[in-house]
Amino acid sequence: MTDQAAANLEDGHAGAEPVTAAWIKTELARHPQRPYPMELIQRIFTDFSEIHGDRAFGDDPAMACGMARFHGEEVMAIGNLKGHSTKEKVRRNFGMPNPEGYRKALRAMKIAEKFHRPIFTFIDLTGANPGLAAEERGQAEAIARNLREMARLRVPTIATITGEGGSGGALALAVADRVLMMENAVYSVIAPEACGSIMWRDAGKRARAAEALKITSEDVSQMGCVDDVVPEPLGGAHVDAQGAVALLDAKLQWHLSELRAMPLEEMIARRMSKFRNIAQFYTG
Amino acid sequence: MSWFKRPENEIEANAEKRVRTEGLWQKCDGCGQFVFKPDLEANLQVCPKCNHHHRLTARRRIDSLLDPDYELVDLELKSTDPLNFVDIRPYKERLEKARKQTGLNDAALNAVGTLGRHHVVLSVMEFAFIGGSMGCVVGETIARAIDRSLASARPLIIVAASGGARMMEGVASLMQLAKISAGLATLDDRGLPYIAVLTHPTTGGVTASFGMLGDLNIAEPGALIGFAGPRVIEQTIRQKLPEGFQRSEFLLEHGMLDAVVPRAELKSYLDRALDFMQPPSQ
Repeated sequence: MTDQAAANLEDGHAGAEPVTAAWIKTELARHPQRPYPMELIQRIFTDFSEIHGDRAFGDDPAMACGMARFHGEEVMAIGNLKGHSTKEKVRRNFGMPNPEGYRKALRAMKIAEKFHRPIFTFIDLTGANPGLAAEERGQAEAIARNLREMARLRVPTIATITGEGGSGGALALAVADRVLMMENAVYSVIAPEACGSIMWRDAGKRARAAEALKITSEDVSQMGCVDDVVPEPLGGAHVDAQGAVALLDAKLQWHLSELRAMPLEEMIARRMSKFRNIAQFYTG
Repeated sequence: MSWFKRPENEIEANAEKRVRTEGLWQKCDGCGQFVFKPDLEANLQVCPKCNHHHRLTARRRIDSLLDPDYELVDLELKSTDPLNFVDIRPYKERLEKARKQTGLNDAALNAVGTLGRHHVVLSVMEFAFIGGSMGCVVGETIARAIDRSLASARPLIIVAASGGARMMEGVASLMQLAKISAGLATLDDRGLPYIAVLTHPTTGGVTASFGMLGDLNIAEPGALIGFAGPRVIEQTIRQKLPEGFQRSEFLLEHGMLDAVVPRAELKSYLDRALDFMQPPSQ
């Protein structure tokens, strides 16, 4: 990637904002041919039966939850939906869930907890929907509740950032025993464009912002903010979806078997202590 | 621009006039009237004319809620700038400047003390410190307040005032949402009270974590409270937002708050709520 960045720097970008390695990763993470969460779910799991609605307001088309089988075992699979065609994208709100999406996901997780089924989440979203109606219905409350409730679920939970891990909207599905990140995924507190427009007062500074924010899987795992990085086939998941699925599947199996081998109380205690001690970048 | 330069002594005379009144009167952000500063101070920074709630520093907030014998704790934490973040200015410089301006090491301040009839752990955010943004130090400070609450079985009160997660610490600041929310899950499991007090402004990751997780979520009048900032929403939906959108009263109307409590009544409200939350005596 660094070589490619250097090449881009040389040809035709003189005077323009320099392309950074982190920005290339961001574009890879957003690649339209990249397998989206639902495609991964359909390839990794069998017998997916969708669960709809939050029982309070509606059914968010940007979030999918369902009973599924993972190598024969009953599990709950959850992922946000993006859509490839323009029509689909609009229907799925460009993958940005509303409060009812997060509430539906939590409801599904509670069902899984009741029946002692592991939970897998797959995340590829720019962020939670920043809209007027989303605020009215309590986007902040929905996310906050998910963070707290996921922390104490009494079943194994594995979250995977498959593309963009966009801030609180991604974290609301990622307070898990194991948080994985695909090699070309990014995980950030803010989108590079937004960071550029706030800190540099120029959204065009997105490449520089991406670099400064340290959002690549390598950086994020180095900071200890994810537990494992899932390798992708040469060139990235968008050129070889089947290969990417196989690599992800292997990781998911391995982590689930590790969690399965632990007594339940120990697993929960470890999850709690992981988040209690995460990202300790301070002195004193 | 005038053709002739004014004689300097004239400017001098004006400056003298200004000096005499400077610092005694403040223009109210709410009604635009000039308010005598000592009056404003005596009224906890609430405008006596229009009831507009101006910002209160963290220290003044603690003074207004706890008995004078409270103890400030967890003061030593300092950010290590994990990303080595530089935008227009280096983050380290911003930190240094904010420390000088506020006299604090970061944007949260913990205190243990007595509120009315109750021993409490109080954590207060300081908006003047880089917009009250939550990085690793704020996250850890609040997590330590939760630890104190757990260890001493005392109720926890957090007074929020924040623009959200601190961008300059990247994904590490995002993790603070998880850190605090997981702590609050344990607090909840133990049956210990937690009250969130939201003040102007509370947005982003702070609202979307401990801001909305209180047994009671209460707010001061007129505070801006939301997930996305109003400018982001306007850009997304491409229309002007209605008057009063994302203000305390709007949230109350939409069922997101338990109460909107004026600053003067905040202490007695909290005292009363903690009475209710105490385990019944046998």
